[in-house]
Amino acid sequence: MLNFRRFITCLVIALVCLAAAPSLAEDQGPLTIYSGRNESLIGPILAQFSADTGIEVEVLYGGTSAVANQILTEGENSPADVFIAQDGGALGALAAADMLHKLPDATIGRVVNPAFVSPTGYWVGLSGRARVFVYNPEMLAKAGLELPESILDLTDEAWSGLVGWAPTNASFVANVTAMRVLLGAEETAAWLAGMTANGVIPYPKNTPIVQATIDGEVVGGLVNHYYLFRFLAEDPDITARLHFFPGGDLGSLINVAGAAVLNTTDQPYDALALVDYLLSDAAQEYFAQSAYEYPLVDSVEPVVDLPALADIETPALDLSDLADLQGTLAMIEDSGALD
Amino acid sequence: MQLMDVIPPRLRPHWQYPQVLSRWQFGAERAMQLLGLVVVAVVMIPIGVLVLRAAGAGTEGLDYLLRPRALRIIGNSVSLMLAATALATAIALPFAWLTARCDLPGRRLWLALGLAAMVIPSYLVAVTYSEALGPRGILQGLLEPFGVDRLPGIKGFVGATLVLGVVSFPYIALPLRAAILQCDRSLEEAGHSLGLGSWGVFRQITVPQLRPALSTGMLLAALYILSDFGAVAVMQYNAFTRAIFLQTESFRMDKASLLALALIFMALALLFLQARAAGAGRRYRIGSGASRQLEIIRLGKWRYPALLFCGVVALAGLVIPVVVLFSWLVGRQMSNPVQIPLSQLTGNTVGVSVVAALVVSLAALPLALLAMRRAKRINRWLVNIAYAGNVLPGIVIALALVAFASQNLLSLYQTLPLLILGYAVRYLPLSIGATESAFAQINPRYEEAGRSMGLGRLEVLARITVPLARGGILAGMALVFLNVMKELPSTLILRPIGFRTFATRIWSAYDEAFLATIAVPGLALILVSALALLIVLHQEDILD
Repeated sequence: MLNFRRFITCLVIALVCLAAAPSLAEDQGPLTIYSGRNESLIGPILAQFSADTGIEVEVLYGGTSAVANQILTEGENSPADVFIAQDGGALGALAAADMLHKLPDATIGRVVNPAFVSPTGYWVGLSGRARVFVYNPEMLAKAGLELPESILDLTDEAWSGLVGWAPTNASFVANVTAMRVLLGAEETAAWLAGMTANGVIPYPKNTPIVQATIDGEVVGGLVNHYYLFRFLAEDPDITARLHFFPGGDLGSLINVAGAAVLNTTDQPYDALALVDYLLSDAAQEYFAQSAYEYPLVDSVEPVVDLPALADIETPALDLSDLADLQGTLAMIEDSGALD
Repeated sequence: MQLMDVIPPRLRPHWQYPQVLSRWQFGAERAMQLLGLVVVAVVMIPIGVLVLRAAGAGTEGLDYLLRPRALRIIGNSVSLMLAATALATAIALPFAWLTARCDLPGRRLWLALGLAAMVIPSYLVAVTYSEALGPRGILQGLLEPFGVDRLPGIKGFVGATLVLGVVSFPYIALPLRAAILQCDRSLEEAGHSLGLGSWGVFRQITVPQLRPALSTGMLLAALYILSDFGAVAVMQYNAFTRAIFLQTESFRMDKASLLALALIFMALALLFLQARAAGAGRRYRIGSGASRQLEIIRLGKWRYPALLFCGVVALAGLVIPVVVLFSWLVGRQMSNPVQIPLSQLTGNTVGVSVVAALVVSLAALPLALLAMRRAKRINRWLVNIAYAGNVLPGIVIALALVAFASQNLLSLYQTLPLLILGYAVRYLPLSIGATESAFAQINPRYEEAGRSMGLGRLEVLARITVPLARGGILAGMALVFLNVMKELPSTLILRPIGFRTFATRIWSAYDEAFLATIAVPGLALILVSALALLIVLHQEDILD
């Protein structure tokens, strides 16, 4: 009997400790960032922010739509202070759900081009990224193919089984959302179904598509422009190249990575300090030099061999119109692209 | 046989239980029931959450499940389960037979190498297979001189079947091998003396003796395949778990809950079918007389194909993953700008796994003790409900706990206790079974001897019962440790912000194609797992 009683006592103590542990640990704590951007892209600059300002950060990494939806689900309970997104649509969705803090004009004003900030001042773009077709020239020649004029040409039988995409990636979803806005739901669904029927190869993200293109697993794939430069920096002999769909094609969307401050934050000043830091010349140079993206402030230039942002013909579009990610995800799901 | 212990107890043979424990007083049993009730209440949370969520979707939810797309997912899962279980069985049958009854050279070594497939998580096997067997992978490189430009690739059904067949075959081979070793020679001799030929003896006597173990193993493998997330995610095969993950990713919790419930339903159906098939009938000896060991079969010139077979099994389950990981370690150029010290990953992984193993074993103790008194209906019900983790895939539990904590229990949201709770629900059955059988395997005669030598009841408990059970309980903890350490979906979904383990590091590195970054945590995970597996195998006398 004695042993059982002692055992039960221990068990109860253990359970109480377990339950009490988190509440004891609760204080204001570090600045909580929910990031839809890869850790490899944004992690180093966030570490630099902590080192420079002494503000500690903790970061949740995930896909942009996943993280946006997580914040929406958590609602008022969300521990997030800052949201960093891979596309304007997700930021627009949170703004529409009335979950964001309005940013001061001085912060918004750092970005020159009004296309890359929230028209109502709830989020700000941090860097620009172009949608491109990355391709392997040898494989292209071997397959006897020409570079596609339009993203819509990839449903052509000649490309059967030779193209990669990342159907759940936020940048791709944003691109399809743009197609919905400009092309209509029916034709977009038809394109998705056509791609699937044409044996497009699905990847979880952009980087594996670039890797597969370099390896010759696919002839090419739909990605953001900067991934290839990360591979080129490691190995200049890589022959894979970027193709910008010409003539303002739907496939050459320019989107932004951006940031916003949640209105449930308990650290608004630190949160704003982070957003301002990411718009500083130093951070913008980092985005340009290490992440190979387009800086959005005037004083910093892109470093890699890229067509200037202004020279890319893009479809006429307001990025805030790309907020309906759920609708696009449902359409992608229904097209059978995920099966 | 520890691994059989994940099966609900009614499928197991009857045991005699240690007398000290079987003579509890009323109060002790009540206390255990109370504790058991608390544990069971916690286990029920995920199911409750899912049912409420799914009910919230209403008739729209039913429409969703009956759409062609959802039906396709069900079809995908069923066909994957059938194919991979068939493959696992095809590997396990000869493997168990060769390592149990034949004079295979290096038998124990082959056994250990073959079983190593258990410690390599499915996602690692899948990732390395994609590299080795991909369109422009290592195999294609070897075939290049013969003009093979590209291979068809193994993404999808083929790859998922291959990976899951290889990693789940030990679940069949282990119980099967144990059953082969326990076959009663005198039964076979009786068959011969009654005029059966060799084939007749095999078909009518040996096979029926093995059938329960085989069906148990196949059930275990099928449940594993059904609940696996890593392999289907890497192979991009749209089975249930991946579909649920995609819904979770976009935080459509009601749809994810519907899919999760459908998955649980399938697992339950499987359990039901197996219980029916295992059926009644006695295949063991009755009456007195020792059962006799079986003779070892001489392989003769069949030795070479047998060795080749074992070599292929070891290649598929261990050598390919390890070699590919090593090749990434030395050969890949893309360097990850985010470096996490290995010590931090090891500390997190081992730490959380040890704590989980301790918590699970502690929670399992009252239920294991109750399981020995199953004749009482309330005890039986408590234990059966605690076994629910068997049909709850990690991703389903995690999904339910996140939904629950983010709305109702914010102080636990994104904390280690919630993560450990997720592990506990999932692996409670494993621990209950191990603990129960550790007690059950104690011969009551020892206790009686102690009593007759004048020891008091508590002294018997302290000096005989507990020391005898300790090894089994430890092995059970090692088994939980092993499984927690490689658990991917629960860890991904439930972990606190910034908390990284081997599993999450491998996953995010794979996600971003930093293959070199996979290598170190991958190899470390295999190494630590191998040590834990050695404890289990040693305790189970499998390698002796």
